[in-house]
Amino acid sequence: MILLRLFIAFVEVGAFAFGGGYAALPLIERVIVHRYGWLSMMEMTDVVSISQVTPGPIAINAATFVGMRVAGLPGAIVASFATVLPQTILLFIIGIFFFRGKRPTTIDHAFLALRPGVAGLIGVATVSIFISAIFLSTSPIVIDPVALVAFSVVLILRIKRVNLFPLVFLGAGIGLLGHLVEYLTGTGASPR
Amino acid sequence: MGLWKFFLKIFVISMMTFGGGYTIVPLIREEFVHKEKLIGDEEMLDLIALSQTAPGPIAVSTALLTGYKLKGRRGAVVGVIAATLPPLIIISILYFFYTWFASNIWVRAALRGMSGAICAIMIIAVYDLAKAALKKHKIFSAIIMVAAFLTGLLTSINLGLIILALALIGIVAFHYVPEEKMP
Repeated sequence: MILLRLFIAFVEVGAFAFGGGYAALPLIERVIVHRYGWLSMMEMTDVVSISQVTPGPIAINAATFVGMRVAGLPGAIVASFATVLPQTILLFIIGIFFFRGKRPTTIDHAFLALRPGVAGLIGVATVSIFISAIFLSTSPIVIDPVALVAFSVVLILRIKRVNLFPLVFLGAGIGLLGHLVEYLTGTGASPR
Repeated sequence: MGLWKFFLKIFVISMMTFGGGYTIVPLIREEFVHKEKLIGDEEMLDLIALSQTAPGPIAVSTALLTGYKLKGRRGAVVGVIAATLPPLIIISILYFFYTWFASNIWVRAALRGMSGAICAIMIIAVYDLAKAALKKHKIFSAIIMVAAFLTGLLTSINLGLIILALALIGIVAFHYVPEEKMP
């Protein structure tokens, strides 16, 4: 039965996709393209590019897309929830120990190093977001003026503690406006 | 906060998590650390660290643990569903015209500005979280932070392994040096 095969395939993707984001891509590709043949390599590239312009984790985006392709909306639902099932079960068990009662001091000690470590790792993610957002190309260095304006404006407003959610839309607005200006003046940088 | 309100908050947050992974962190902080004041920044770091111990999308794990922390096991399930539904709904709809959408010049233009905005938002979040992480044991924490940053930046070691190493470093370091003596 096709729904069961989708379920098994995406439980595997969810269970072995460590590291998040694009780290999961080779695994998704191996299972979906090579083993089951549900998508061609070209379609896989489409999934990646659609993931870039939509919210949400790439693994769920891929699951929904493949589910729709193979078995319509029921397939999309089964595949997406199959993807998040392994982590749900695992974190449920971890949660029982972490949130209930008194924690052993050993665990507290681990977190004294994990807190600064995690802050450093989020810093790494921020650097890579900065590079992919602001630079159209890194060699030679070509800066995206529209992204840079959005970045600067939002940074200043955020330092002044303006609410975050409208700022994301402000960014989108600056993007559209910037493109309009480029279009009217004929100075457009090549779109990614 | 009721379960339904929590569901709606995570649903909206998930709908705005462009770029995947850690970009959910500033959004969760905005709602639950700043607005509702239900979680502190140190706890936030704990939840992010815990979310790294499981496979699968980080955003979903963070939503699950936030739910667990605030509303127990039912909150955890609600968190997972609320985080998974927006991408499920959006891709199901876009499936029918994805090539047009992904290559649409105006969609791309909006995204250029949005990536810039999200990047600025992330920088402020990192600054706040780093400050919270440096509250205790300043020197020890600073060394760990820089080491983790450089390891993540310069090597391609899997995040899960880095998390495991960090936990071990903490356990070993505080086994030999008591908490009150750690610089």
